[in-house]
Amino acid sequence: MSTILQTENLQYLYPAVEEGEQATVALRGVDLKIEKGSFVVILGHNGSGKSTLSKTFNAILLPSTGSVCVEGMNTADESCLLDIRRRVGMVFQNPDNQIVSNVVEEDVAFAPENLGVPTAEIRQRVDLALGAVGMAEFAQHAPHLLSGGQKQRIAIAGVIAMEPDCIVLDEATAMLDPTGRREVLSTAHRLNREKGITVILITHHMNEAEDADRVVVMDDGKIAMDGAPREIFAQVEELRSLGLTVPDTVDLLDRLRRDGLDLPLDALTVDECADAVAAALR
Amino acid sequence: MEPILKVVHLTHTYGIGTPFERSAVEDMSFDVADGEFLGIIGHTGSGKSTLIQHLNGLLKPTSGKILLEGKDIWAEPKKIRNVRFRVGLVFQYPEYQLFEETVYKDIAFGPANMGKTGDELDRCVREAARLVGIRDDQLEKSPFELSGGQKRRVALAGVLAMEPRVLILDEPTAGLDPAGRENLLANIRDYHRNKNGTVIMVSHSMEEVAGNVDRILVLKSAHVLMQGTPREVFSRADELLSAGLDVPQITRVAIALKERGLDVDSAVYTAEDLERQLLTLRKGAAGC
Repeated sequence: MSTILQTENLQYLYPAVEEGEQATVALRGVDLKIEKGSFVVILGHNGSGKSTLSKTFNAILLPSTGSVCVEGMNTADESCLLDIRRRVGMVFQNPDNQIVSNVVEEDVAFAPENLGVPTAEIRQRVDLALGAVGMAEFAQHAPHLLSGGQKQRIAIAGVIAMEPDCIVLDEATAMLDPTGRREVLSTAHRLNREKGITVILITHHMNEAEDADRVVVMDDGKIAMDGAPREIFAQVEELRSLGLTVPDTVDLLDRLRRDGLDLPLDALTVDECADAVAAALR
Repeated sequence: MEPILKVVHLTHTYGIGTPFERSAVEDMSFDVADGEFLGIIGHTGSGKSTLIQHLNGLLKPTSGKILLEGKDIWAEPKKIRNVRFRVGLVFQYPEYQLFEETVYKDIAFGPANMGKTGDELDRCVREAARLVGIRDDQLEKSPFELSGGQKRRVALAGVLAMEPRVLILDEPTAGLDPAGRENLLANIRDYHRNKNGTVIMVSHSMEEVAGNVDRILVLKSAHVLMQGTPREVFSRADELLSAGLDVPQITRVAIALKERGLDVDSAVYTAEDLERQLLTLRKGAAGC
């Protein structure tokens, strides 16, 4: 499998705000390799460095030391910037910071227009992108009249319209309701499965990591845990010490194990958990 | 007892006469009891934000009434400002509303506008800061030097400092990590307990709402779908799911266990409660 994104001993310092104060070290030497076509979730408490890390993926932030390479291109190389940003699209938490147009479909067309995509193709991409996020009926609507969650889906459509190789979702579901969150996630998974688009999802919501290929847990500017979701979530105490929680299914299994029941800790989903508990009680 | 807030056949239509005409709230009626902790849940676009902006007079009803302590808040439109001192609304991502030079001054803005001065103003500011866990040494800092979570607390303190009778919080934990969420919710719970104030919390998170409130109001597509205690509401899981909402993961596990033939009360919504039920089942089986 080939690598789409690689960081080497990545360090990032936020400069001191006031005289005499220390710079804030946000990333302390991160070595991360993302495989093309994978679905990776990055978890971590606020302040762990996960958002800083995600911003280095398409050169919003440049490393203080170390390097970040996207398909072989170093993000510090200015001549590669446009190409890198076309390949790695980002969606942020607050849609108001990402919407620029007065009409939904024009906003979604913004990126492909700027990339010089032929007009007929733009139309296709916009329609597909809006369909993918369930906002097709709002194509002619004014973005500022939409609810928060609807705006966020437009922002995501705007990225999808670029047909990037990799989409980074930086807590992009934080402002969405459960349905909206599910829609965004299923869209992300579908794009990953059907188009081979690499997805990197930065989140607090443990259950969003259930279907990921890989979970990376950040703490204090470094990678603290890295593995398949089931391996990671089974380490209940470790996760709690890193300021995170486990899905309620795992919490229940953990409690019942302490009560003496013989149960696995990696039955993540509702059905797996119910199967395991039902079997143990028969 | 008289409900502290009464929403009577409230309708709000945006963009009347334009192509964008839409009723975000349609014929909603419900009461809020004095001192209760009410949770409001609903899918995006269900009317939550529109509804709560009526409760402190930021939006005017297209039709219907809002009664605060029995009186129509729009009876004297020129005095609507006073309603906002008694019904405090904390918006989503309130840290965006911070603007003053110091944390102290930002928190003082509200009460100062109410006419408070001197020692009384100082008391309000310090008390509010204490309620949200802002330390004395942080009061003289610029709000912009603080972390996101701390800024949020300052914004919340700015509303608490007005000592409102009703506190409304629109998704107070949005964007916070699990530790931050739990901390803030604990602050809100303490506030509710110690001040006996009425608290209304809008949330998407079923777990969050279930674990903290006395009653839940469920909105769907501009209407009230149902209201009741967490147990009552989560026992109607099917309706919630088809209304674009979720039920707590534990509730779904309980329903799944029931489907597998276990005698479980599926209106349960905390891991602790389900654990207790399952242990009772195990004892029961062993005791045969």
